[in-house]
Amino acid sequence: MDNPSQLVQYVLSGLSNGAIYALIGFGFAIIHNATGILNFAQGEFVMLGGMFTIFILSFFNLPLVPAIVLAIVFSTLVGILFERLAIRPLKNVKPLSLVIITIGASIFIRGAAMLIWGKDTHALPAFSGNAPLYVYGATIMPQHLWIFGITLLIIIANKLFFSYSIIGKAMRACAYNAHAASLVGIDVKIMVLLSFAVSSAIGSMAGIIIAPLTMTSYDVGIMLGIKGFCAVIIGGMSSGLGTVLGGLLLGLLESLGAGYISASYKDAIAFIILLLILFIRPEGLFKQKETQRV
Amino acid sequence: MLRVEGITQLFGGLTALTDVSFSVAPRSITGIIGPNGAGKTTLFNIVTGLYTQTEGKVYLGEKNISFFEPEVLAKLGLVRTFQNVELFGQMSVLENVMVGLHTKSKSGIFSCAFKLPGQIKEEKIVREKAHKWLEFTGLEDLADVEACNLPFGKGRLLEISRAMAVEPQIILMDEPAAGLNSRETAGLAELIHKIQDLGITIVLVEHDMELVMDVCESIVVLNLGKKLAEGTPREIQENKAVIAAYLGED
Amino acid sequence: MIKEKRQILIFLLFAIIILLVPLFLKGNYFLNVLVFIGINTLLAVALNLLLGYAGQISLGHAAFFGLGAYVSGILTTRYPVDPWLALVIAALCAAALAFVIGFPILKLKGHYLAMATLGFGIIMYIFFNETVDWTGGPSGLSGIPNLRLGPLTFDNDQNNYYLVWMITLGVMLLSINLSHSRIGRALRAINDSEVAARVMGVNARMLKVQIFTVSALISAIAGSLYAHTMMFISPASFGFNFSVELLTMVIIGGLGSIYGSFLGAAILTMLPEFLRVFRDFDIVIYGLMLILITMFMPTGLIGGLEALVKVIVSKIKGSAAKNA
Repeated sequence: MDNPSQLVQYVLSGLSNGAIYALIGFGFAIIHNATGILNFAQGEFVMLGGMFTIFILSFFNLPLVPAIVLAIVFSTLVGILFERLAIRPLKNVKPLSLVIITIGASIFIRGAAMLIWGKDTHALPAFSGNAPLYVYGATIMPQHLWIFGITLLIIIANKLFFSYSIIGKAMRACAYNAHAASLVGIDVKIMVLLSFAVSSAIGSMAGIIIAPLTMTSYDVGIMLGIKGFCAVIIGGMSSGLGTVLGGLLLGLLESLGAGYISASYKDAIAFIILLLILFIRPEGLFKQKETQRV
Repeated sequence: MLRVEGITQLFGGLTALTDVSFSVAPRSITGIIGPNGAGKTTLFNIVTGLYTQTEGKVYLGEKNISFFEPEVLAKLGLVRTFQNVELFGQMSVLENVMVGLHTKSKSGIFSCAFKLPGQIKEEKIVREKAHKWLEFTGLEDLADVEACNLPFGKGRLLEISRAMAVEPQIILMDEPAAGLNSRETAGLAELIHKIQDLGITIVLVEHDMELVMDVCESIVVLNLGKKLAEGTPREIQENKAVIAAYLGED
Repeated sequence: MIKEKRQILIFLLFAIIILLVPLFLKGNYFLNVLVFIGINTLLAVALNLLLGYAGQISLGHAAFFGLGAYVSGILTTRYPVDPWLALVIAALCAAALAFVIGFPILKLKGHYLAMATLGFGIIMYIFFNETVDWTGGPSGLSGIPNLRLGPLTFDNDQNNYYLVWMITLGVMLLSINLSHSRIGRALRAINDSEVAARVMGVNARMLKVQIFTVSALISAIAGSLYAHTMMFISPASFGFNFSVELLTMVIIGGLGSIYGSFLGAAILTMLPEFLRVFRDFDIVIYGLMLILITMFMPTGLIGGLEALVKVIVSKIKGSAAKNA
């Protein structure tokens, strides 16, 4: 492959991975903005999306679309259970205890997945086949188009939901000031529950659309989770444009780094970027600095 | 002893303090009062090193301490207590005071781990001094009680013991009477005088007007982020602007 | 004073029991397990200093363990470095790394610190896996020489047991001393209220970095011991799963309790040995243990034991008073 088309190939795979990271990042942002906590188990919901879909396809022999819908429903149910059992009872614990419990819960989900589905990697069939398209000498799989398309849909839906729907606005109100929100009649508990439901739904969708390209197993949650976290940190913990840019930037840097510097250190790139951002500019690249009133 | 010059504090679009200046005489008891939202706590946090002011300077004696961190201020003899009592809950009452003696001791990780003779001697001295400061506030019987199990009033006293252990030149108390009943408040007033007798300067942020008028020699009044008045209790009580700001609240 | 004497007595008792055990277990496979318990106790104590005392979470501590093991292993296999010197160098390398990244990383709190340490741990793991020329990559590094002391070679279970446990007991004693000292109080103060600690003059930022460095140093020593007793190391032992295992050991035993670290290490080392089923279920069980212990028994097993002892003692006192 000559260099320009190689570059296009890297950019393409970087952007499609980046789209996934952005979606995962949304999940982090929605929960963090509604509750103040980081959902350590976000990556596991991504994993569950792909794994549930494969399981439903083989076990229930359903066609692809209903399988996907069911998988998202199941993942969302796990997310709701997680909130009910691990988050809600913990109103008054030390912050450190909360961190440990969420870590424990995410490990539990991963362990349960290993028990149920084993350690093998599985492949999800591509949504509309494997006939590649050729653009500027680079190969685009149909699945890439699905990824971009669905990510765009989710971004738009997200924006509409949080800006224009009553529930979305209520959730944003909770994020700014839970006490004031409850005083105007918003049920904060339901908003928290909703934030987990929405996050796990988006997360699992992300896991489903990437699975045909990258295979999935019980273990993928950790890496994807951290990369999604990196995206949302770059984006300043926003559930909007900032995280999208963060995800795409991360995906690009990762892909270009793997292509031009070293393929075996590909995963390390994301983590190094994460550490650099956390060390140097933890409020993100795409957010203005804000003084917190204590 | 303490001098505050032109302190302005902006939080994003909100102006919490505008050009606040006043000074505190050594060995005096000064009160900072004002209606809610006047900026008292913000000012307090700036002076004690927890916030960085947008503009202005803070002086301790002749030293410009404007951007000093709390741990440096402790070494210089400036210490504070907290409105929401910030005790070290999992440690005993005695141990809390012993932390107050952190700047009066110097054993590091190595000498503590290897129990060098210098550390053993120092530990003994620290323990004795801590007991002395518990006696100062009348808490010596509770020395081994876990701090999180203390009733609220005693918790406040512990905070004061702990702050005294720093052997400060100046102690700033953030609403020390909040949540205390009248008997406890009277005890607090006595304690404040006892502290002054040791030659220590005291600054209080307070809402309890009785306590303020009783104990303070000088009062600074803040309102809406600006200094409204400064003077003796009598002068403040008769100041029309102050009365107006409080609207009959006394 | 009485409290101090009692602490010394408890430690002496513990040490004596530990030192006498091999006499009853000559040639027994369990001795080998006990060597691992020793290494894991050392690691758990190291993590406890950071997590239990200072309240700073680390999900990447396996990285320091691995660094110690690999530095020791590489220096003694690819270069003719004396194993003891390699151990010292390994410890210093880990300490230096911890000191450098400690400042930026410990500015973070809670979940952010957890994520950052997780990221750090995985970066190191990838490093161990990919620098094949040095570390041997996924196939591991073999032929690591044993430590020697005069006529003694530490190449069998009995000798290794004493090697590991002398060091572990030493570190435990130092940690117990630290806990009841000015530094221990300062660390716990930071844990309870970092703001108030700073107001009292505790240089929280510096102290957190110092304890992080000490913790890394001890972990690297454990890694070096591991390398020289196992004679073979591979990256698989130094990944995220092991960091989780260490975290679970500390939590089960009890945050802030040195003996608790021993208990946690003992339980989690023995369970997979003696319960085959545990090996398959291990991840699920770790997750469950972390949740249940933190929710229902936050002081860990040691806390539970202490409470039990208190209840028994008061019942005895009660019935003694009745019969008086």
